[in-house]
Amino acid sequence: MNAIGLPRSEEIAGLSAAERLRNHRLTFIVWALLLTMPYWMGAIGGYTELAIRVVIMGLAAMSLNFLLGFTGVLSFGHAAYFGLGAYGVGMMIKYVYPSTLLGMLVGVATGTLAAALIGGLIRKLRGTYFAMVTIAFGQVFFFIAFRWNTVTGGDDGLTGWKRQPIDLGFTRLDLLASDTLFYYFVLVMFGLAVALMALILRSPFGRTLVAIRENERRARFLGIPVEQHIWLSFIISCFFVSLAGTLYALLSNFTDPRALRWDMSGNFVIMAVLGGMRSFWGPLIGAAIFVVLQDYVSSQTENWMSFIGVFFVVIVLFFPRGVLGMLKRRSAK
Amino acid sequence: MTQLLLFNLFNGLIVGAFYALMALGLSLILNLSGVINFAHGGFLALGAYIAYSLLPYTGFWGALLIAPFLTAMLGLVAERILIRPLYGRDPLYSLLLTFGLAYILEDVARYIWGAQSVPFQIPAALTTPLSSQFFFLTGYRIFMVLLVAAAVIGLFVILNKTRLGIRIRAGTSDLETVSTLGVNVRILRNLNFGLGIYLAGLAGVLAAGMLGLQPTIGTSLIMPSFVAIIVGGLGSLPGTLLGGLLIGVASGVTTVFFPSATEAVMYVMMGFVLLVRPRGLLGEEGRIQ
Repeated sequence: MNAIGLPRSEEIAGLSAAERLRNHRLTFIVWALLLTMPYWMGAIGGYTELAIRVVIMGLAAMSLNFLLGFTGVLSFGHAAYFGLGAYGVGMMIKYVYPSTLLGMLVGVATGTLAAALIGGLIRKLRGTYFAMVTIAFGQVFFFIAFRWNTVTGGDDGLTGWKRQPIDLGFTRLDLLASDTLFYYFVLVMFGLAVALMALILRSPFGRTLVAIRENERRARFLGIPVEQHIWLSFIISCFFVSLAGTLYALLSNFTDPRALRWDMSGNFVIMAVLGGMRSFWGPLIGAAIFVVLQDYVSSQTENWMSFIGVFFVVIVLFFPRGVLGMLKRRSAK
Repeated sequence: MTQLLLFNLFNGLIVGAFYALMALGLSLILNLSGVINFAHGGFLALGAYIAYSLLPYTGFWGALLIAPFLTAMLGLVAERILIRPLYGRDPLYSLLLTFGLAYILEDVARYIWGAQSVPFQIPAALTTPLSSQFFFLTGYRIFMVLLVAAAVIGLFVILNKTRLGIRIRAGTSDLETVSTLGVNVRILRNLNFGLGIYLAGLAGVLAAGMLGLQPTIGTSLIMPSFVAIIVGGLGSLPGTLLGGLLIGVASGVTTVFFPSATEAVMYVMMGFVLLVRPRGLLGEEGRIQ
């Protein structure tokens, strides 16, 4: 309780003091690892680009989890907005104006706008039906990118553009020159996005989303406009995922239709589940495991698809709670 | 122009028949078990490849008869081992599992039969055009439409006349009561899954004869099948059939006027349906919740 007798948000969420301490500790560890990643990634056999990919995919999986884990709505089509962000930034830099930040703004705006339109159509649907419609809608943008050769480059992807230096007034960030510098640029974006996400989840709006997840009918009885909340949650989630998409395109100075195909959506979901859907940092951990594993397996064998497939099956059958879910459970025993 | 339009209309009808056959299987499984079977396309490809392997021994007709059954057997096994443990859990998990299974099936097909497209021989009697003016009316295409029609009629006869079919329909509307009445729901779901996979296998054999055969054949057909179910309406098999034919014909006709929008048109249709009638054309009320 605070001074005026209202319960604090942690108390509403039902967290004990010990759990809160554990959450703080986890946040501290995650940030310590993220901030130093370029310096130890090489030592364990990775490379800076892999570290960047972990952060970007982590952001995408956490964005999806805003909807999946904290609102309880299953979207299987998030790659569409991820890809729209990627194409948005690429096309802006290539055709309109060579500026990294402006391109990102356009990419994020495109993804968010599309999410607002489609979210409006599907906000009344639930459960498997919602999932199926998001899968199907995800394909629209894939086909547009695939078919509209002259503008998007079709199957070969959008090439012929590069991320641009950013002029901060007092200094110039040459993002192309150094991978490490670009890593920290991505990390800053990640940090801003994640902080905003945490802020939203702590707000009354965020609490309402969790209430809808726990019991939609009761939330409705309380007079909460459930559909609007789900719509808004979908838009927020897609806003963040399209930010991740812009960073993904900037990383390789390239994007192709695979960035918005259904298998990418599935990868986001498995990352979230693997790390733990019910925890804030879980999807980041899931993304780290997935990205590193995929990188390793595809360098070792041509049949990496089977490995990833078996990986999916094993996680679903044996580790449905994810890494953090299992740790939490073990410490609770 | 008329001929071109007719050609694409007919083409659309055939493609729509594939979508419908595939979507009917998906719909059966979804309605009874609440599982979105992402691996449906993988099973379709498997059916086609099994038929391809059988061709030298049994000929086309034998393969057409046997391959879907073998595919259905694999479906029964997959349901028993992988999907049964997930009933009653969040639909997220069965979706992810079948998603992984789709990866595995596609890769297995690539590993065994190669990544390249393989030729799928159909009897010469079926490939000759029936009319010189309407060159597109080959026997195979007519045959395909007839066979899909027969399969659909067969499915509806099974669902309406046999004990299994009646139980499936009953289970679709209230599985708990069906279980209370002494029906073994596990076996019911298993057989229902097999029936759905049988349809996928059949679609696979037919599609291979028309589109050629490569490991990705299933993935290109599964997305439109989802659209067919959504347009037709969840929970309604006639709706699914209608949805499949509609989007097939619509994309066929669009090919004539605006080729690059061939795929986009069905998603536009889906958006429109969701806007004016969220439960789909023939969908039952309350299903979408």
